[in-house]
Amino acid sequence: MIQVDNLSKAFNNVTVLHDISVTFEKGKTNLIIGRSGSGKTVFMKCLVGLHEVNAGNILYDNRNFVKMDFRERKQIRREIGMLFQGSALFDSLTVEENVMFPLNMFSAMSPAEKRARVNTCLNRVNLADVNKLYPGELSGGMKKRVAIARAIVENPRYLFCDEPNSGLDPMTSLVIDDLISEITHEYDITTVINTHDMNSVMEIGEKVIFIHEGNKEWEGTREEILDTGNKNLDDFVFASNLAKKIKSLSR
Amino acid sequence: MNFFSTFGRYVVLLSRVFAKPEKPKIYLQQTIREMESLGLNSVGIVIIISIFIGAVITLQTRYNLESSWIPLYLIGLTARDTLLLEFSSTMVGLILAGKVGSNIASEIGTMRITEQIDALEMMGINSASYLILPKIIATMVFNPFLTLISMFVGLVGGWMAVILTGALPSSDYVFGIQYLFVPFYITYALVKTVVYAFIITSVSAFYGYNVQGGALEVGRASTRGVVYSSILILLADLVLTQLMLA
Ligand SMILES: Nc1ncnc2c1ncn2[C@@H]1O[C@H](COP(=O)(O)OP(=O)(O)O)[C@@H](O)[C@H]1O
Ligand SMILES: [Mg+2]
Repeated sequence: MIQVDNLSKAFNNVTVLHDISVTFEKGKTNLIIGRSGSGKTVFMKCLVGLHEVNAGNILYDNRNFVKMDFRERKQIRREIGMLFQGSALFDSLTVEENVMFPLNMFSAMSPAEKRARVNTCLNRVNLADVNKLYPGELSGGMKKRVAIARAIVENPRYLFCDEPNSGLDPMTSLVIDDLISEITHEYDITTVINTHDMNSVMEIGEKVIFIHEGNKEWEGTREEILDTGNKNLDDFVFASNLAKKIKSLSR
Repeated sequence: MNFFSTFGRYVVLLSRVFAKPEKPKIYLQQTIREMESLGLNSVGIVIIISIFIGAVITLQTRYNLESSWIPLYLIGLTARDTLLLEFSSTMVGLILAGKVGSNIASEIGTMRITEQIDALEMMGINSASYLILPKIIATMVFNPFLTLISMFVGLVGGWMAVILTGALPSSDYVFGIQYLFVPFYITYALVKTVVYAFIITSVSAFYGYNVQGGALEVGRASTRGVVYSSILILLADLVLTQLMLA
């Protein structure tokens, strides 16, 4: 469980996040939704310390990340897996080397154990026979899978995904969403996902937070999201003509 | 003001670069990789340029010293000292600033904008040290060999020019390049080379590491890395010359 209390973040006196409080639950997919530029990425990077917050606390199972020094934070980060928007695979390394990278840096495993662990993770994301390929030789969806495999290779307790569907077609998006959701339940991970994709919300959103211009405007479940009375959220949820049409039909 | 804040950030980055490495063995592997990509891959260009410049210096000196009372072996001596004192260290340094500097700045800059650096940090790795330290060490160790190669090849280039054009007897040239040889000039050139290697790598890495934005900014960072390391090389040349030769 991750608890965020009154988090604020500004860049050069421009406030990007206003006083956000939220709890992300263990073993669930927690979705942060909002328009492009609403502050989702900044929020996620604040949670993991890639940005320093201006105010607020972040509790990782009651351990306050904000108050920690460099060393203690590093320890927490070892419990975090992160999936970046563009996958952020290392271009100069093969798929296998990418996934093995965290193990090479930190684990005391033997080379055979490492290889076995890498293959387990690649199998888990349904990738086979790509071990020796370079990221440049993979499709967008495959890159995402490799990045997921790398994120889970050290058995994280927390998983952060920034726009896991960006750049993917709707079918592949579903596959990636389901994969993240399955992994979350299988390993009982606290998963936080940034997205602006309503399909993801309806597919895997167990807990949903709506951010608008840096403010948390709503939180609830995907069942409740269609009928909130929040104007900004309605604009977001029913952005497409298709959605508007369906809504008007259901009235 | 801007200069001091940039310099301050450069120093802060260096202090992270020189933090104690987490896994020395992995750093060693990286350093060897970088020697190959930054050093070995520059041997070709250094050889080509040095051969031609050695030849041109020799011919120019010859045609500028037409008067008969100047002994011809002085042409070999002049070519040698030009190579040893300035060309094989500073000119080669400037060429490497262009080749290696832009390579480093764009590689690290691309890693920044594609969040690969964030990914390293998230794994608990000191990205500054992991990415930059092996490059600094690799170039500081390898570039002196480039300088030595340049000196040797430059002298050979001069000799080939002498033979091909018959501008002077090759025996005069060969005598000249050995005459009044000052071994300290080589030390001086190698010291300069090591300092330049540090400048090129750390300055261009600094501009790459601090990229914000997209491909355009990576291009800009790469240009800045080359320009500022070139200027700093020339400044260092002046300072080291005064310190070592005065
Ligand atoms: N490093 C930064 N410096 C200044 N402003 C930033 C920085 N990163 C993001 N912002 C601003 O913060 C706001 C939120 O951005 P972001 O979190 O990337 O949005 P999104 O919800 O699309 O992920 C944007 O207005 C953006 O311009
Ligand atoms: Mg974003």
